[in-house]
Amino acid sequence: MVKDQEYLKKKAIFCLDFAKKLGATNSSVVVSNSISETVNFRNKKLDESNRSDNLGIDITTYIDNKKSSISSSNLLDDNLKTLIEKCVDTTKNTPKDEFNSLPDKDLLAKKIIDLNLYDETHLENEKKIEYLQKLEESASINKKIVNTESSFSENKSNFILANSEDFCNGYKTSSFSASSVTVAQDGQSMERDYEYSSKCHLQDMRSAEDLGKMAANQTLKKLNPKKIGSEKITIIFDKRIAKGILNTFANAISSSSISRGTSFLKGKIDKKIFSDSINIFDKPDISKGLGSRSFDSEGVKTDTLKLVEEGVLNHYLVDTYNGRKLNLKSNGRSGGTSNLYFDKGKINYKDLLSSHPKSLYITETIGHGSNIVTGDYSVGATGFLVENGEFKYPINEITIAGNFKEMFKNITLANDLEFEYSTNSPTMMIEGMVVAGK
Amino acid sequence: MSNFFEKSDLSRSQTENIISDTLKKCDDGELYLENSKSESILLDDNKIKNSSYSSDLGFGFRAVSDEVVAYSHSNEISKNSLKKSSENLMSTLKSAKGTYNKSIPKSNNKYYENINPIEQKTLNSKIKILNSVNEYLRSKDNNVKQVTANFNGEQKSIEIIRSGGETLTDVRPLIRFNVSVMLEKNGRKETGVYGIGGRQSYDSYLKEDNWKNVCDEALRIASVNLESKPAPAGEMKVVLGPGWPAILIHEAIGHGLEGDFNRKKTSAFHNLMGQKVASEGVTIVDDGTLDNRRGSLTIDDEGTPTEKTVLIENGILKNFMQDRLNARLMKTKSTGSGRRENYRHVVLPRMRNTMMLNGKQTQDEMIKSVDKGIFAVSFGGGQVDITSGKFVFNCTEAYEIINGKIGSPIKGATLIGDGPSILKEVSMVGNDMMLDPGIGTCGKAGQGVPVGVAQPSILINKMTVGGTKL
Repeated sequence: MVKDQEYLKKKAIFCLDFAKKLGATNSSVVVSNSISETVNFRNKKLDESNRSDNLGIDITTYIDNKKSSISSSNLLDDNLKTLIEKCVDTTKNTPKDEFNSLPDKDLLAKKIIDLNLYDETHLENEKKIEYLQKLEESASINKKIVNTESSFSENKSNFILANSEDFCNGYKTSSFSASSVTVAQDGQSMERDYEYSSKCHLQDMRSAEDLGKMAANQTLKKLNPKKIGSEKITIIFDKRIAKGILNTFANAISSSSISRGTSFLKGKIDKKIFSDSINIFDKPDISKGLGSRSFDSEGVKTDTLKLVEEGVLNHYLVDTYNGRKLNLKSNGRSGGTSNLYFDKGKINYKDLLSSHPKSLYITETIGHGSNIVTGDYSVGATGFLVENGEFKYPINEITIAGNFKEMFKNITLANDLEFEYSTNSPTMMIEGMVVAGK
Repeated sequence: MSNFFEKSDLSRSQTENIISDTLKKCDDGELYLENSKSESILLDDNKIKNSSYSSDLGFGFRAVSDEVVAYSHSNEISKNSLKKSSENLMSTLKSAKGTYNKSIPKSNNKYYENINPIEQKTLNSKIKILNSVNEYLRSKDNNVKQVTANFNGEQKSIEIIRSGGETLTDVRPLIRFNVSVMLEKNGRKETGVYGIGGRQSYDSYLKEDNWKNVCDEALRIASVNLESKPAPAGEMKVVLGPGWPAILIHEAIGHGLEGDFNRKKTSAFHNLMGQKVASEGVTIVDDGTLDNRRGSLTIDDEGTPTEKTVLIENGILKNFMQDRLNARLMKTKSTGSGRRENYRHVVLPRMRNTMMLNGKQTQDEMIKSVDKGIFAVSFGGGQVDITSGKFVFNCTEAYEIINGKIGSPIKGATLIGDGPSILKEVSMVGNDMMLDPGIGTCGKAGQGVPVGVAQPSILINKMTVGGTKL
């Protein structure tokens, strides 16, 4: 069982009191405990079991606007005392920074909404094994599937965030996730693909059979790929890649990138950065949402933000420190976005595929090719050539490139949005990108 | 050295008994104890943004039976916690009927000193250098709009207790110094990043000349990028500079030669042992024994002494990198490549310092031989798909080559190639081998470990360059 609220609270209050005694003018502390149990399968046999019990504490002390922090996994009072002494001592020796402070008291979350983020069901390892057996059976029906690996993981967490402005809150969360990775072989061609499902509640998980089948089908489709020539082309991003582009957008509007001047979206508030049809939301109060939360990592309440409305940027993602620098109030995004998504588009998936005589459908990208300073984008990719709405053949060893400034203005979204992850996007089409191949 | 049982209700002999009982019918396994201390000091936007300290203590208990690994970790070193882990392992491996392999090789070699770099210098002296870095860069060039500089220092003490009580220990220092600078000129912004590090004290890196060199290099890269033109798109010849560009080798073939992927037959190299996988003249080793290098280890995280493992010799595939589990199942010996990020993770076969050794040609000869191509001097990160063998890396400093001459700098672009065939496309190997400055971190299965790379300049006949200029 994860440690209860009372235990975590007691540790948090102990730290706040001790820091105050040593001369900290303010302090904040996070105490957390998470227990996870994972079972891995390979080729229909048990491969690994892993139990993990993590206890952790992070303490930040302030002396006026000097600040320092420590973290530890050892919660014995003696050790905490030593660390807080070190922390306060370091704080004294750290230069002042006028923007350092706890959040404004009136911005702190007053009430915690029950977002249904905890499912107390405990699944014994035997049951996890049963799930994985079914999954791997279903994944290996086709003889071309030569290797299967799968994993089931259950996680329970609890935390308390407390600060010297009397904020003291936390709650339990749970997650259940399963993944299937399959390798298919046909002559010299060997390909790998995957599928996964992650939910707060056990009952919402995708069935083992579906997960295995999807991974296998996706892998088989990739066999015997071709390389194509270099040209300007329309790209269609599968949902799982499109959500990554949305995360890059979120990085570029984080108040730290903006205040440091290292984002291509600096100064773009109230400016049109996407095409008219694009709306982007960050909604923290979705029941059972994987990114749902009642407050951010500083205790600031989080409300739904319409980040982009009809293509126009409305908000940055603001935390306390960078907010002060930019003269903006925190909007509860310390630690990033919650449930971030593109509103669905108008066109259906099939029509999107057939909207151009020739396009590239991208199912996987590799490399760290997003530069948020310049907006330049260049990544390795695999996918399929699509002609007149039909998948023709798999493609690999190509790169796709562009610049987000232009890419954002050329986005068309399908109407197939689903809430599977914490960041979600419908299938996305971007015209006028460059593919490099032969 | 850490005494892990000092403040615990658990004595060493009780611990040894629990370990031996738990691993009785297992083929292998150990209790891994770890105590790490780390600090991070960050200057950003003209200010010391962060000074933090972290101490982490915990154990990971592993039992291995045939192909199955049971693992349990906790940060409470107590009787209760270890017993719970033991029960967890035994319930997974109920049907184990192996014989514990007691043997583990020994060595007295050490590749770094037993020091704690964090305590060797005061916080104030480190803050002072970071402030000097900021002032130096901003006074050197009016176009400097942002400077980020940071120190990271770490000391990790580990103890491995095997069934029967055999104990192996290591104390590992690690430091890193990094500078990132952003320039803005005529509305255009570009960054340059450079860093150094290794397993030694801060002193060796932070003499004034040394930190100024790091600053100059970051500034030089950013200045080059301010003048860069769109990169070309398509297949062409690529000359790689010496040193850090060897992450190409790390991504393209290093991961594919790790034991686990080959035992599981998911690597494109699994059936190529003894065969020609690279051009003649290409020799690649993975070496954990270089003094004070970021990827070096006295013993790996299973207690095996590290070594210099020859992976490819004159074009022929000779060895995979092995931990104990994969070595046993593939009927070979561990190469001392069993590593983990920390006690929260299981051991996997990993790279240490991966190096392509010198050939005979010069960089000049390579560039002169290219009609149309690119010259890549520095890279950001890379990634590989082990199964298809396709790998990428991102240029952070590159130039076009036209008619045997280096031309304009080009914008950061991704290069993509095919791991198993890329080394056959290497047509010249230089005589200018260099180690990287000590900055690499390799990610695998969610675990990051410090690594090094090295290579001379090389000429690759064709790779796909992911630019925008058709």
